Amino acid sequence: MKKTQKLSLLAMTVAVAMLLSFIESRLPAFTAIPGVKIGLANIAVMFALYRFGAKEAALVSLVRVVLISLLFGSLVSMLYGLCGGAVSLLIMIILKRFSPLSPLGVSVAGGVAHNAAQIGVACLLLGTARIAYYLPFLILSGTLSGVAVGICAAVLIKRIKS
Amino acid sequence: MKGQKGFLFDIILIVSLIVISASAVACLFIFRREGKSVSVEIDGERVALYSLEDEGEYILNGGTNILVIENGEAYISEADCPDRTCMRTGSLRHVGQSAVCLPNRVSVTVVGDDASGVDLVS
Repeated sequence: MKKTQKLSLLAMTVAVAMLLSFIESRLPAFTAIPGVKIGLANIAVMFALYRFGAKEAALVSLVRVVLISLLFGSLVSMLYGLCGGAVSLLIMIILKRFSPLSPLGVSVAGGVAHNAAQIGVACLLLGTARIAYYLPFLILSGTLSGVAVGICAAVLIKRIKS
Repeated sequence: MKGQKGFLFDIILIVSLIVISASAVACLFIFRREGKSVSVEIDGERVALYSLEDEGEYILNGGTNILVIENGEAYISEADCPDRTCMRTGSLRHVGQSAVCLPNRVSVTVVGDDASGVDLVS
């Protein structure tokens, strides 16, 4: 793939990731549990991971989190998003390379890792382990949303060849 | 795509995650107890403890968040941050439930009779 071609494709992936984040932020919260979300933007990150590679996926994830927090969030939401994104991507990169999991399983692990990392950051920021109470809920929601995201990502990866 | 084999591992991973987390959620639900008071913590330090029977509005952290207690439930009615996560958390009634405002480092947790700190669902 030519350099410019890759650049524009990656830029488009970032744009899609941002759009997905924005759509998700407009959706009404469907539970009272903080941190429960679908993680639609992970579809774009998964796509970048499988069609380009680890480095490119990290770039897409980083640029998305920074831009979205600058536009709609705060410094805290950026820190929060960066930690969740980094841990989840790291797990996905490792599993993609060293495990027999398909994109579906990789996405599920990424979703769970994302939620667990965010609880960890929240505990550190607040200096209390109290909110670990919500961990089981977040693992469950991370699994279910990981399945939804993984199915979308798997279809995309299959249909859009690089 | 790694075909059938990868898919089998996916299913094993998904099913085990669901079984483990769903049973933990079920345990929290079965063993939940109505709380007696709410503990307000800022930066990990408890700054106030209000009984769930004392209805009213409480100003937290110099006005960044407002806590309301009514009908044996507590919720955050105002927050000055853009996230509003603590407000969306809704009403807290059972021991261990908490509403958290990360930007202001405020957390509000329902506690039981002893009100120590080890009264998370065990």
